[in-house]
Amino acid sequence: MSHTLASTLMNLLLHTLAVLVLPPLIPGLIAKVKAWLAGRSGPPVLQLYYDLAKLARKQAVFSRTTSWVFLAGPVGTVAALLVASLLVPFGHTPAPVSFEGDVILFAYLLGLARFLTVLSALDTGSAFEGMGAAREVSFSALAEPALFFGFAALAKATGSLSLAPMLQAHGMGKVGHLSGPLILILAGWAIVYLAENARMPVDDPNTHLELTMIHEVMVLDHSGRPFALVLYGASLKLVVLGALLVDPLLPRLAQGWLNWLAFLAALGLLAVVVGVVESSTARFRMTKVPQFLLAGVLASAFAFLLLLV
Amino acid sequence: MILFLLAVGLAALSGVPGLFGRDREGRTAAMLMTASAVLGTWAGVRVLLGAPAPALRLPTLALGSQGLLVLDPIAAWFLLPVLLLSACGAWYGVAYWHSPQGSPRWVRLVFGLLTAALAVLVCAAHMWVFLLAWEGMAIAAFLLVITEDRLPETRRAAWIYLVSTHTGTLFLFGAFGLLAGLTGHWDLAAWPRGFAATSQGTLLFLLFLAGFGMKAGAMPLHIWLPPAHAAAPSHVSSLMSGVLIKMGILGLVRLVAWVPDPPLWWGGLVVGLGTLSGILGVAFALGQHDLKRLLAYHSIENIGIILLGLGLGLVGKSTGHPALQALGFAGALLHVVNHSLFKGLLFLAAGSVGHATGTRDLEQLGGLGRNMPWTSAAFLGGSWAICGLPPLNGFISEWFIYLGSFRALGLPRWPWSVGILAALALIGALALACFAKAFGTVFLGTPRSAAAAEAHESPRAMLIPMAVLAGACGVIGVFPALIVPGLDRVVATLGPGLPGLAGLTRLPLLTGLALALVLVGLLLVRWLRGGRSTETVPADLPTWDCGYSQSVPRAQYSASSFADGLVSGARWVLFPKVHAAKVQGLFPRSARFSSHVPDPVLDRTLDPLFRLSVRGLSYLHAIQTGQLPVYLLYVLLTLLFLLIWMVV
Repeated sequence: MSHTLASTLMNLLLHTLAVLVLPPLIPGLIAKVKAWLAGRSGPPVLQLYYDLAKLARKQAVFSRTTSWVFLAGPVGTVAALLVASLLVPFGHTPAPVSFEGDVILFAYLLGLARFLTVLSALDTGSAFEGMGAAREVSFSALAEPALFFGFAALAKATGSLSLAPMLQAHGMGKVGHLSGPLILILAGWAIVYLAENARMPVDDPNTHLELTMIHEVMVLDHSGRPFALVLYGASLKLVVLGALLVDPLLPRLAQGWLNWLAFLAALGLLAVVVGVVESSTARFRMTKVPQFLLAGVLASAFAFLLLLV
Repeated sequence: MILFLLAVGLAALSGVPGLFGRDREGRTAAMLMTASAVLGTWAGVRVLLGAPAPALRLPTLALGSQGLLVLDPIAAWFLLPVLLLSACGAWYGVAYWHSPQGSPRWVRLVFGLLTAALAVLVCAAHMWVFLLAWEGMAIAAFLLVITEDRLPETRRAAWIYLVSTHTGTLFLFGAFGLLAGLTGHWDLAAWPRGFAATSQGTLLFLLFLAGFGMKAGAMPLHIWLPPAHAAAPSHVSSLMSGVLIKMGILGLVRLVAWVPDPPLWWGGLVVGLGTLSGILGVAFALGQHDLKRLLAYHSIENIGIILLGLGLGLVGKSTGHPALQALGFAGALLHVVNHSLFKGLLFLAAGSVGHATGTRDLEQLGGLGRNMPWTSAAFLGGSWAICGLPPLNGFISEWFIYLGSFRALGLPRWPWSVGILAALALIGALALACFAKAFGTVFLGTPRSAAAAEAHESPRAMLIPMAVLAGACGVIGVFPALIVPGLDRVVATLGPGLPGLAGLTRLPLLTGLALALVLVGLLLVRWLRGGRSTETVPADLPTWDCGYSQSVPRAQYSASSFADGLVSGARWVLFPKVHAAKVQGLFPRSARFSSHVPDPVLDRTLDPLFRLSVRGLSYLHAIQTGQLPVYLLYVLLTLLFLLIWMVV
């Protein structure tokens, strides 16, 4: 008993630590990969940590049109994502909180983060930020069904409604091995991952042309500590949603620390893949993005259909 | 029962003192409504906590049945929102009513009568009582909708409402008459086993579905709902959207309770209707510019969500799946209460906006959050809850329905529940878009008109009812376990031997996570406040906006442009009408652009159809000469015809 309690506590501690410390590394890795592929040396991998430290010392600037809703965006995003991260298992270590139906809570916490970000963008009264907000809500209306079809397929296959058993079904049943349904689910979710994290074929995190952006344009007016929260929240989302993508692929290992190591390695690999995708594709025209997302919906819907037969 | 009757009496008479001139502001009426709410709530809560259901019975069988009223758990569950919303509405009405049109005394009198009719309706155990209360509710609501009868759109809305509500009542007359003929009594009582699958059972189900669906505003039958909700005074809209349309759901819930063995296609049909209402309701809401019409379309969407839960429960009842029934019914019933709380709140907040600015047009508003912080917070709370976002109450009921449909994935021959999942996910995402649009254009950014710039916060009598409703949303959202015992009792009346919700769901964990969310949020706010820096930042800066320092309010994203991506993406169902001038040449003349989304059934189908039939029927004018002898001749001919027909 005491052994399991100790290991649970240990896991909880590691999970929290990973959620708090790890995320800013991922955007750094992606940027480094992109720089290498472009033949540049690029910013250091730890750049985002330096940025966050700098922003935490800076005073925030507020427009006269903004109200408290402007702060609700960054605060709500980080709070919702932190709570959501408690529901996600990292590799084959158990999730800190797991219960029937936590998938829905997870999805709706992401929704809450989006809602508050959109409102804080609209609070500035700027046309650019309104444009980004409108795009965000339009595209997410397609990303949401893709996510849910994937959950439905996994629920059908594993008979569970909780994230941890759904994602850790390795070696069991129809989605245990790299089978057709699992590939389709992961393909659908990969599209969701790129869209939700404002990554390349959908959105360009590096552009400075406001008209072409979605997520970055919504946070144009944030500065100082609120902006630090925005950046941290974005990197947290990369990790939390990334766990969804890599968990079903990881083999179950005997030792706890090996599981952790495998998860971290897989997350790093995911960052490399994202970097390669970003370097090798151009951003879609805005009108093409819905078609891309629809492909994600169809992929995960077909995964569900395959499980019915 | 005495408590309940006293509550009904107080509500019915609450407007009477006002008629004699003492009660100019309606404070007495509001006090009476509050007293009625307290008494009725006491009676209802006792039943929900397990007290035996009080009933009002006649000693004779002269009326075809002994029972008149019974306050069973279903009745108590629907009674609580009726009383809460009407008390809140009465207080709100004290300060709200400054419009030059309509008589406030009259409104208060009818408001009380409407409340009484609703309270009697939920408890009706006799078909006559049910239909009388149903008619009383319909007519009282008509009188309230037509309050501002000098506006042509209000008159049109009220007539459309009257016609459709009576069409619905016609279906109910047919259904109840048929039922009484078959069973031989006027009791609203359980059907015998096996009856539902017969052809009469099928006919009855379809009649009930049409009649109750019309009142609930399920999608093809919703035509009266958007105009009536937009035209009525806001506290009336709040009561109509919050509880009046739920009476259709009440009817369906009663039907579910009567039928021990519904065929599988019943559940499928209800789920289909729910999907249609849910998705199209929110899609049409996205296209609206009128704040109250937008909210009305969201009522259709939420009725859709309730029907999804109800249909899921019915499927569970047909297939003998207790967990499915418990989760589906619980989700639907809880969503009934939740929707009345947050939609009531939203309509009151929308009324507060109209009160302050004199307009409901989204494109004329903006930046109200600065001058109206409390209304803005109330509207945000309502939007948060209606989008089903944690930790407010909308999430809990949708969560039950989600859980149920995830479980239904395991049913061997019913794969459609994945449709419920996808529909709910799509509805959730679209509702989020729509409320981001509504809240963003009304309360955030900069004012788009002078009226919006000069808006003022509403008086306290309007704010306190909103605070009460918002508080209720928060309590149910964070501590759902509080209402589970009562909810379990209601669900148990819908199917025997259903498992309790506490065993099916881990609600305490949800509470813990909700509190964690709030706590993390507060800690982060504290961290934001704590920045210590030696830099000084000028206070009054414009939005940076990449250097466009002279931003004008007109350049902001408007409600239409915000929704344009989704509306034009769904133009193959919404058919938006766009009026745009062609911009030509090097120096084009000034041009106007406007777009709106007309209703698919009323404006696109029924209106042209009725126009056409009026034109066709005008040929019958030839026989209408206006001379009495000719008419007498018609009567004679008809009688002769009938005589011949009967003899032969």
